[in-house]
Amino acid sequence: MTPLFEFHDVRVSSGTADVLNGVTAAIPDRRLTVIAGASGSGKTSLLRLCNRLDVPTSGRIAYRGEDLLDLDPRRLRRRVGMVFQQPALFPGTVRDNLLAAAPKAAEEDLRSALTSVDIDGLLLDRVADTLSGGEAQRVCLARTLMCRPEVLLMDEPTASVHPAAAAILEENARRLSREGGVGVIWVTHDLGQIGRLAEFLLVLENGRVRYTGNPETAAATAALECLTADGTQ
Amino acid sequence: MLEGDVDAVGLAASLILVGIAIAVSLGQQLRIERQLLWATLRAFVQLIVMGFVLAWLLQPGRSTWYSWLWVAGMVVFAAWTVRARAPEVPGLLPVALLAIAAATVVTMGVLFGLGVFPAEARAIVPLGGMMIGNSLGGTVLAARRVADELTDKRPEVEARLALGHSARRAGKPYARSAIRTAMTPQIESTKAVGLVFLPGAMTGLILAGVKPVDAVLVQAAIMYLILGAVATTSVVVALGSIRLLFTPDDRLRPLTRNNAA
Repeated sequence: MTPLFEFHDVRVSSGTADVLNGVTAAIPDRRLTVIAGASGSGKTSLLRLCNRLDVPTSGRIAYRGEDLLDLDPRRLRRRVGMVFQQPALFPGTVRDNLLAAAPKAAEEDLRSALTSVDIDGLLLDRVADTLSGGEAQRVCLARTLMCRPEVLLMDEPTASVHPAAAAILEENARRLSREGGVGVIWVTHDLGQIGRLAEFLLVLENGRVRYTGNPETAAATAALECLTADGTQ
Repeated sequence: MLEGDVDAVGLAASLILVGIAIAVSLGQQLRIERQLLWATLRAFVQLIVMGFVLAWLLQPGRSTWYSWLWVAGMVVFAAWTVRARAPEVPGLLPVALLAIAAATVVTMGVLFGLGVFPAEARAIVPLGGMMIGNSLGGTVLAARRVADELTDKRPEVEARLALGHSARRAGKPYARSAIRTAMTPQIESTKAVGLVFLPGAMTGLILAGVKPVDAVLVQAAIMYLILGAVATTSVVVALGSIRLLFTPDDRLRPLTRNNAA
């Protein structure tokens, strides 16, 4: 099966520092992939390359076999949706936010997008500013789902929400991956979350790939030690 | 008619107020004493130079082409100033030049083409200065505001891009806010005209012996044109800045906040 994403010697430089330093890896399709690594290991940088919010300084990235640079960035971003670490809701109501992704969506579609992330459809007319952190992040997820993406990039989406809301988001991601046929790539440095979510694991350390593969091997456990050594857990 | 004689003693007396401003700055630790001194000195030198240039331009028999050339120079200087005040927007100079030049051509075309004023040096240079000077303030505000908004609201802008929005669509709310900010001072001064202050052109005409009602009509025409010039240049520069701050493949360029005044 063609991998979801393939990275060939990908480098990203910021000023004189290398954020990603020759990443070569493949992320399989139809599995929930977790990208793990300590702070500053390049997790977010790698994720941002997947929907061309950033482009690599050198190297090549393929999405389902097609060179990312050959794809129209706007269409690609609707196919490869992204949920950011901090929920970034637009001014206005929840409805305004969902309509920003799909201006012609029917009322029914708006409600079902909210219920798919365990939010009551009655919240449609709530002012976005008044939502809790967890609700805001789930509305961001619902907004992304309005584009009907094939893949979801989730950049530490539970970093700013309380544990109960984090558990709901994890469940949302699992359900989308298993039942919705959506490829999910989840970035985290939380060992517990890695254990609960990962069907495929990619560990980054200092901008390089430390491990890719099954999350339940001894090598995976050894690779994840960089998280505890770093003191992030 | 009022004689405009101000001797050295009069000028020195007016500097007392600059002294008060400097004292306030020192007392409140505002740290703008140097800027105040520099602005005072610079304004004096610039006005002296301008006085000599105007005297040269106004000599009988002098071609008005020199006045137009002076206006063209002001357009270039204004565009250069916009670029210097908003250095975080790359390649802003041609956009500012186009916007200010177009607004100047249109407003001067109306003022002189329709015969509101005779096309003479004593009208071309000061009126050109009014149009360009007011447009300059608006365009600097528009460009800086766009850059600041996109810097502060980067997560929101990138969330819009991540939904497949084009750079133009993603930047629209911030361009709108920048244009509103850029135009507000001009709208406020237009609303307050006659109630709070009497603008320069009208005052000058009345001092020169023109009937107040005629002076008012001329001033109204000038204010409307300034409002139009500020609106046009702000819109062009705000939308141009949006275009310049995104890459052709709809990514937001890295931005750093410029704290220069």
